Formats: sequence, C-alpha cells, structure tokens
Amino acid sequence: MDIVVCVKQIPDPADPGELDPETNTLKRDMKLIMDESDSYGVEMALQLRDAAGEGEVTLVSMAPNEEVNGLRSALAMGADKAILVSDEALAGTDALGTARVLAAAIGRAQADLILAATESSDGYTGTVPEQVAELLGLPSVTFAKEIQAESGEVVVKRQTEAGYDEVRCPLPAVVSVTAGVVEPRYPSFKGIMAAKSKPMDQVGIGDLGISPDQVGWAGGGQEITDVSAAPEREAGEIITDEGDAHERIIALLEELRIV
Amino acid sequence: MGTIWVYAEESGGKVASISLELLTRARELADTVEAVVGGDGEPVAAELGAHGATTIHATGDLDGGLAGPAVASAVAAAIEGGAAPDAILFGTTYDGRDVAGRLSVKLGAPVITNVVELEQADGSLVGIEPVFGGTVNVSTRFNGAGVGLFLVRPKSFAAEESGGGPAAVSALPVPDLGATGAARVVDRFAEESTGPKLDEAGVVVSGGRGLGEAEKYSLIEDLAKLLGGAAGASRAIVDAGWVPYSHQVGQTGKVVKPDVYVACGISGATQHMVGMKGSKNIIAINKDAEAPIFGIADLGVVGDVHKVIPKLIEALQARS
Repeated sequence: MDIVVCVKQIPDPADPGELDPETNTLKRDMKLIMDESDSYGVEMALQLRDAAGEGEVTLVSMAPNEEVNGLRSALAMGADKAILVSDEALAGTDALGTARVLAAAIGRAQADLILAATESSDGYTGTVPEQVAELLGLPSVTFAKEIQAESGEVVVKRQTEAGYDEVRCPLPAVVSVTAGVVEPRYPSFKGIMAAKSKPMDQVGIGDLGISPDQVGWAGGGQEITDVSAAPEREAGEIITDEGDAHERIIALLEELRIV
Repeated sequence: MGTIWVYAEESGGKVASISLELLTRARELADTVEAVVGGDGEPVAAELGAHGATTIHATGDLDGGLAGPAVASAVAAAIEGGAAPDAILFGTTYDGRDVAGRLSVKLGAPVITNVVELEQADGSLVGIEPVFGGTVNVSTRFNGAGVGLFLVRPKSFAAEESGGGPAAVSALPVPDLGATGAARVVDRFAEESTGPKLDEAGVVVSGGRGLGEAEKYSLIEDLAKLLGGAAGASRAIVDAGWVPYSHQVGQTGKVVKPDVYVACGISGATQHMVGMKGSKNIIAINKDAEAPIFGIADLGVVGDVHKVIPKLIEALQARS
C-alpha cells in the first residue's frame, strides 16, 4: 500500500512568533518543526504500510524556505521518502493555495491513500484535506478516529457530533485523522541516522506547473482590513487550598445559581 | 447586503444550534437569508423559518453519502445556474468544514476561517478571527468576484427567533459526483452521553495533564454530572489518548462559552484558553500558582485537584 502523508512544518508552538507588520501574515523566518498533529498521520501510514507488507510512505510538504527539519523527524519515524515543494513565491499562501500545491505534489507520487491531520496547530483552518481531495477528484473521509484497510477500500470511524459514523470508502482516497488515532512512535537513534540518507525530492512550483500568481498572499483573494488587540480578561480572586477550597467554590456556584 | 445563505445542519430532526446562531446573525446583515440543507427540507422548515430563513435549498436524502462533496457540488451547480448569494456561512463543524473546503475549490474562492464575528464594510462581509491565543483580532474580507465563504465558530452569536413562518422548500439537485461521492456511511453510532453537549452546556468541567493519569478523568465526569454540565479536556490529554477528540476544548477543538467553566489541572496553554476564555465565569484549580490559567480565572484555587475535586464531589452529593 502506497501512502502519502501531508506534513506541515511550523514554528515551535512554544514560541508562536508574530505577524509581519508589512503583510499581516505570520513570520516564518525561524527554525520550523514537524506539526505534532501530523505525527498521527505519519504513524497511521507506517502501521498501514507494515500491515500491508508492501508499499512506501511518502511525505509531502511545502515551505517557502527549503526547510527540511520537520520532514527529517517524520523520516526518522520510518517514512520512506519526502517531496518538499519549496519556493519563495509560497510565502503567505492561504489554505486553498496550499491545497493546490500539495495536490500537484501528490500527483508526482504513487498513492493509494493520502493522509493528513484534521488541521494544523498554527493555521487551523481545517479545510486543506478536503480541498486536496476535491482538487484530485477523490473521495474523502475527514475526522477519522480509526482506519482499517481492506482490499481496495478503507473502513473509517468518522467523528460526529453524536458519536461516530462507520464510513466505507474506495481507494484512492484522502483521509484526515484526529489526534490520538494512534500513538506516534519516537524516532530511534537508528531511525534518525537513516533519515539523513533517505530521498528528499525538492521541487519548485514551476516544476509542478503552478505559476507564482496562483499562490502567495496575492493569489489568495483575501484582504486583511484590520488588525487590533483583543480585549483582555482580568484575573479575579486567587486562594490557596487549605483543605476548604471546595467550600469557596460551592459558595460561588450558589451565587451563580448553578447549585 | 443582498442575500446570505447559511449551511444548516440537523441531526434527529433538530437543527444544530450553530445553524440557528448563523441565521440570527445573517438576518441582521442581509436583506434575504436562505438556508442550504444536505437532506430533506420539510422536517426543518418551521425551525429554520422561525430563525429567519425564507427559503430552504434542500438536496433531499443523501442516501449514506457524505455532505461534503454532495452539498458542495449542488451549491456550485446552483451558482453556475444563476443563484447569486453574496456570502455563504458555515459552522466550524465536521460537515461544515467539508462542504466549505470542497466548495472553495469548485468556486476558486478562499474560505475565511475561524470567524467569531461578522461585520459589513463597504458592501462586503468582513470576518473577524482571533489569533495568538485570542490576543489579536484580524479582520479579513474576500476581495474576489462572486461568493464569499465564511467558516464561523459555534457560540459566536446568540440564536434568537425572528417570528417568521415556515421556510419554503426548494429542490437543490446534486449533480453526478463521480469518484468524489464514493464514500458511504454504512452505520451510525451514538456514544453514550447522559448530559448536555459540550458546546451547549451551561457548565463545563474540563480536565488536563494535572489529573496525572487517564483513570482520574472520571473525577471530571462525576463533577460535570453533578453540576448538570458536560466534561471537556485539554489537548494534552486528548493527544495522550486519555479521552476522545470530541471532548477537546481549545483552538483545535471546541469553543465553549458556558456560564461556568471549571478548569481542573489545566495550566492554560493559549491553545486551550482560546476555546474557553469567552466563558462567563471561570474557576481554575491547579497546583502551580504561576499557571497562566489563573490570569483569566474569576476564582483561582491553588491546590491539588486530587484533593479539591473529591471534596467538592462529596459536598455536592451531600446536598442532592
């Protein structure tokens, strides 16, 4: 089973960065890491590949600055190779532009199944997997909490408001996975060493037949009209528990007529 | 503004509250408000009409197909056929994101996402999105030709009835979907849930890493039940596999705005705070006095959740 996993490289969430005052888009000039949300898709792909006993896991990512740090992490987990679309013109690209680039890159790989996280931790639009599916003309199942591969199809437990739906979907297909779908492995030392020599195909948007005016902030069709500070919430009363803090909580709940 | 369409979702014959919230806001912004339904329109005509929709564009039963490709294709075909809404509003839900994503490709238009407020400026709709843990608000408008697509967070607006009569139901045919429509729902499972839904509950009790282990999450569920509320979770314990994603409160989970939010063993990563800082009252229990959650709590208890919550549960049980 050949699986493509979409991987996003993001600024470390512990250091979320700032908006570029010129363009009002997120500054991305620091070291990027693999979005933790993507580690679930990578792990799922590795498990499905190994269960099938054949096939490859290919990572697909895009970045304006040739960043490969996050991809190396996923290769160290056990993915076989990576395609990085790197092009200065990609800076500021929105979700639809991102989906166009990823879909074109996925077209270069052999894929029975395309996995993605439900949303990234820094942009969290949550629309890219479905946009990729539409661009590739494929069926999709989003918000998967469990995936089983059978002959020529996947059976997915899809999260719903009430519980979950069991969805059958023929391959090839796009599936987005929720966090916690599997337990991502930690890369072994051997894996980390091996990752350094795994194939990393770097391409520009021109190689994918995409012109610069289709991507980047200008290609998005959105305009930021205002950026302002949000009103802040004030801290209230702070007490230290001396064995009776629950009484204070109940007093507040009574005041609010909850109990 | 002329016309706004609202993608309306229902389950079990009841319209989702997010859809009623969107209709309420839409009728303040537009002359005409119409609903799009992926399913039969008649069962929801009264409720959607009472919240301001004059017409429902309904696909009819989807026969186990997923809403994303079916509704997006049907709406795109209607627009190609001459329908001209100025904007379409979607709730940030499982199906809402699917439909909006598919439709954005079909229309070649971006989706303005994570919107918590909608305003009108110079004849176009502007969506306001909080970023950096809700400390900065960014206003964005669609500047292309055609239809603006907006994904709006639940609880951004209060649903209010307009007093309108039942909406007229109009057929919204689904074109042949080809491969994109191949996924089929073969079974539906309802997870046992005795209390209110997380994003509709008046009280939400959430647990985080401070609980120490998965088994201790039962404390959160017990306390939520005693308060007639719903149990939530931080991303940390969802990622750790202690509780399902459906419990996650935060930027990448559900946004909640209950009357009372009780954060137990949650330090308050910005990721989490974005999802609950709109709560009317916040109670936080955490053993680390420096935890950021105390910066937004109305009542902060510096203490051990394993001591405070059992006592709280015991005291509440004694009262009932």
